[in-house]
Formats: sequence, C-alpha cells, structure tokens
Amino acid sequence: MSILIDKNTKVITQGITGATGLFHAQGARDYGTQMVGGVTPGKGGMEVDGFPIFNTVEDAVKTTGASASVIYVPPIGAADAIMEAVDAGIELVICITEGVPVLDMVKVKKYMEGKNSRLIGPNCPGVITPGECKIGIMPGYIHKPGPVGVVSRSGTLTYEAVWQLTSRDIGQTTCVGIGGDPVNGTSHLDTLEMFEADPDTKAVIMIGEIGGNAEEQAAEYVRDHMTKPVAAFIAGATAPAGKRMGHAGAIISGGKGDATSKKTFLRECGVSVADSPAEMAEALLKIWQP
Amino acid sequence: MNIHEYQAKAILRNFGVPVPDGHVVYNSNSARDWAKRLGEGPYAVKAQIHAGGRGKGGGVKIAKTADEAKQFARDMFGMCLVTHQTGPEGKTVKRVLIESGCNIADEFYVSFLVDRATDKVTLMASAEGGMDIEEVAAKTPEKLFFEAIDPVVGLTAFQARKVAFKLGFAIPQVKQAVPLLINLYNAFVDTDCSLLEINPLVLTGEGELLCLDAKINFDDNALFRHIRIRDLRDYDEEDPMEIEAGQYDLSYISLDGNIGCMVNGAGLAMATMDIIQYYGSSPANFLDVGGGATIERVTEAFKIILSDKKVEGILVNIFGGIMKCDVIATGVIEAAKQVDVQVPLVVRLEGTNVEIGKQLLAESGLNIVSADGMADAAEKIVKAVNG
Repeated sequence: MSILIDKNTKVITQGITGATGLFHAQGARDYGTQMVGGVTPGKGGMEVDGFPIFNTVEDAVKTTGASASVIYVPPIGAADAIMEAVDAGIELVICITEGVPVLDMVKVKKYMEGKNSRLIGPNCPGVITPGECKIGIMPGYIHKPGPVGVVSRSGTLTYEAVWQLTSRDIGQTTCVGIGGDPVNGTSHLDTLEMFEADPDTKAVIMIGEIGGNAEEQAAEYVRDHMTKPVAAFIAGATAPAGKRMGHAGAIISGGKGDATSKKTFLRECGVSVADSPAEMAEALLKIWQP
Repeated sequence: MNIHEYQAKAILRNFGVPVPDGHVVYNSNSARDWAKRLGEGPYAVKAQIHAGGRGKGGGVKIAKTADEAKQFARDMFGMCLVTHQTGPEGKTVKRVLIESGCNIADEFYVSFLVDRATDKVTLMASAEGGMDIEEVAAKTPEKLFFEAIDPVVGLTAFQARKVAFKLGFAIPQVKQAVPLLINLYNAFVDTDCSLLEINPLVLTGEGELLCLDAKINFDDNALFRHIRIRDLRDYDEEDPMEIEAGQYDLSYISLDGNIGCMVNGAGLAMATMDIIQYYGSSPANFLDVGGGATIERVTEAFKIILSDKKVEGILVNIFGGIMKCDVIATGVIEAAKQVDVQVPLVVRLEGTNVEIGKQLLAESGLNIVSADGMADAAEKIVKAVNG
C-alpha cells in the first residue's frame, strides 16, 4: 500500500511536447510508471517517443483510462491546464509548474470546490511511491520502498530527507511534494490524514517552511488524531522577515509563521523536531524504530 | 515587486479610489512649483522610498506654504532615511511626493491580501488606523476585522457595508466606503497585487474618506501580463547584487553574515543557511541556482557571492536531481579559475552523477574541501572561517 499513486496508476502528461515535459515523461516511464500518453493542443494524433498525443485531456482520458495527470505547462497556461484536468475527471492532478500567479490559483481552488479531483502543487517536485510509480522531477534512485511517509513544501530538501532515510536503509511508502506556493492544492494536513489512513505507513517526516500556518494545522492533527510518530524540520530560521511578503502577510494567521514559533508549537503537539536539517532522519529515529 | 506610494496612488486613482491630489518631484524647485499648482497649503511633503515608518525618520513633513514645501523637499533629497524597515544602512531619498494637505478627523486601516488559510483574497480592516498593524494584531486582535472574498462574485456591497459598520462609520461614510472598498478590491485583482495596504484611510474634517497612504506589492509571477506595471520598478530601491543575480535567473538575497552559500532549490537553500547558523556562524546570502543551472550560471553565481566583501568562506550544497553534480563541479572549477577564490571553499555534492562531480573537484588541483553530508559541510566551512 501507499498513498495517492501505485503501480496501477495510469498517468498522462500535459505539456508533453515541451522539452521539460518530454524529458520527465521519459524519466517516469523508465522508472516503471505507466505513462500512457500526453496532451498538447493542436498536436493530437501525433506520437512522440511512443507517447500518443491528444488535443484535450478529455480525449486522453477516454482513450487511455488515465486517472492521474502531471502538468509541465508554462505559468501562463498552468491554471487552465489544471482546470481542464479536473473537468475531465482526473482524480489526481500534479502541477509541477513554478511561477503560477497566485490569483490564478485562487480561481482554481474555487473551481475545484465540490469536484472529486485532488491537486498536488503547483511549484512542486511531484509524488513518488518508490518501486512502483514516480510522477514528477525527483531523482528516482535515491528512494527505496519502505514504511516512512514524507511530505514537504520543498523539492531538494525532500531529497535530502529521503536520502537520510535511504542511506540508513529505511524506505518510504510515498513521498509527496506539496509545493512552496502560498495557495496550493494539498496541504500538510491533508497528506498526514492520508498517511494516517494508510496501513503500510508506520511513521512520517514532515518538512515545512516559514510563512502561513499550514504546519501548525498539521501539528494540531498530529496531537489530536494521529497514532503514528511524526518528525519534522522547519526551514527558514535564518530567513529575514518580510523579504517575500510585506508585514500584513504574517498577521492574518495571528502572528504565527516564523521558524521558532512553528518549532515550539510542533514540539508542544508531540512532533519530534530536528533543529538541524542534517538530522531529519535522526529526529524520527528518536521516537520510532523501524 | 514593490512600488512607491505615489505610483500606488496613481493606480488607485485610475480605479476611482479617492486619494489626495499630488505629484512626484525630483528636485526642490519643482516641489515649490507643484505645491503652487495644488492651490492653498498646507501640503504634505513625503520622501518616496520602499519602506514604511518614514514619518518617524523625518521623511514626512507638513508645509504651510509652497516655499516651505520647497525647503522640506530640499532637506529630504539625498537624505539617508533610516526606518525600522530599511535596516541600519537606510535608503537615499531621490523622489519626493508633494500633496494637498487635509484635516484629519479620524484614521483607519484597510488592506487586501491573499489569505493562505482560506485560499481567498481577504479584506482586513481596523479602526486603529495609522498604527503599526502588527502590534494591533498581537495586542488587540479583536480590533481587526476580516472578510474573505469569493473570487467569482468579488467583494460584495454587503461585505463592504459590514466592514464599514464595524469600523464605526456613520451612514454618509458607509455610503462612501462601499464603492471605495470595492474599487480597492478591483485594483487588487486587476493588477495582480499580493498586498494592497491603506494605512491610514482617513476621515477628513469635511466628512470625506481619503486614502492618505498606499502601499502596493505585486505578485512577481503575474508581472508577465502587466507590462506597464513592470515599468514602475525602481532599481535604485533594490540591492544591486540581487538585480545582477536576477539577470542570470538566480534567486539571490543578501544577508549580514560571512559565509556565502550556493544551493539548488529554495528549501534546501534556506536549510543550508539554517545549518550554518546551527554550527555557530551566519550566512552571507540566500542563493538558489535553480534546477536547470548551466556552467555559465554557476560561474555567475560564484562571481556574485565573491563580490560581497563580507564573504570569508563559501559553502556549495547541491543535491542533484535534474541538476547534475558534474555540471556543478565544472562550474565551480571554471569560476574558481576565473575569479581567483581567496577564501575557503567547501563543496558538498549528492545525487545525480555525484561520483563524476567529486572526481572532477579532486583532480582540479584547486583548494576545494569536499564534504559528505550537510552537517559535515557546515562544520568544515564554519571551522575554516572561524578557526
């Protein structure tokens, strides 16, 4: 078992005829993922490196039976691509694209209300269930199958955590990069709920960043509902205040958002917090033995 | 992207939001000319820099006459204005806004921003205008009012009325506040703001609502669809090294410490800064070379780090995914040859093609310390710099 994706997941790539889209579609296929085709408007009927191309997601779903889509469409069309996938009934939409305007995402979130799709991202590395299915841009070989779930806002910092686990011979059920944008499809909390419900996930590493209060919400869930041990790291203890967003940005969550207050709250909720990013796996091993 | 107050007010004026009459000037003679054109005094003379708290630092003055406006403007031009938002080095004043003065009967606070918790644009308001809003939020959160806005219907009249009544407005002001707030919201979404803040929104002695100050930040990701807004960027207000880095698609922020960092990925870059501090030193910068960095970009990144005179050592931390370690290694070697690195250099490589990368570094003949893992890398660079 795993969450979100497994060896049976059929995946299409939106934006497959771009260099990035094709490169990562090939990489995912090499890993063993069922990459069943791609979508590029105007290029339907073609075939690129064995991938059948469709004009619309609707066509692609009808022909291939895909239930997941990965998006490499440039920022200007990314929100539209997400909504097209949702409209076509894709269950899992993973948007890798970096640089999507935040107000586009506000509209996307409204559009998705009441629909059955789940969005991961944007601005994320994707999702991998080691040994079964890789959707996204992460290097496959650093992962190995096993009992730990990993959820993170960051890409390379996730690789760091995964590598710390793998080099201690501890594998992962599923690693989810939820993306670093302020408005995204799936939160830390959503992902923890899925890990809690997955019988094969025995423990979780959660990697957060400064800003917002998503990590705090996740920590409350750990405290109140989670039976599995959770370790965490919060990046940005040394980041200057207000550099990304003016002061009003930090207020709305009631003054929460800096690394120290996040770490303190996580610890109060029973999460094992690593002070150093080199000790993410160690922080988990303090409270859990594989 | 940030813009100046006078630019923000010009945008708001176009959306039908009431702002004082005024004009930006670049020398003190124009200050007097524009003051005269505005009519009778008093006038507000306001230094234009990208930072709040200007009044306390002497960057906002009220002049009774046009000659006095000229005098105040002359004092401000070239002045290094230090506020709680500029840092100790302050910012040099090059533009001054001359505005009609007004009678202030009461002050309020209004802002719009994207709330991560609701995924919606949110209107935030308080009757505690003119104050530091963070302080209001911390000490008296019950004095802040929020309205989450549906992106399909926009800010509705009833929501604007609710806020207006909570602010304690009388009926004539409620009637003014509804279109004012709706127009502010329209400005926010039409120009892709990430923050629009009016502090203070004032009630004048004549019973009119007026946006006395205006701060706008734009969503950088949306600037591609706002060519005219892009032109409002004032490079004088930005760190020259950050501008230079931007030209090479490098994400760079300069900091106060002495260890330069080059990392791929924003999260890992922040974590690298954190681990430097964890081992007892402090980072000189945040630098994310991105996922698809070329040898040229790595070389430029190196040059930028080294142009910072505070830098006494460099830590390169790369977890290669898309980024291949041999490309990074080649870039580091090229850069080290081109710019003659005089400070200790520690390189930690992991991920795709790591063995080739490490071999390249070892065979380069350069004085590069190789590290295994983040902790080892941080320890080594801190030790090399601090002794």
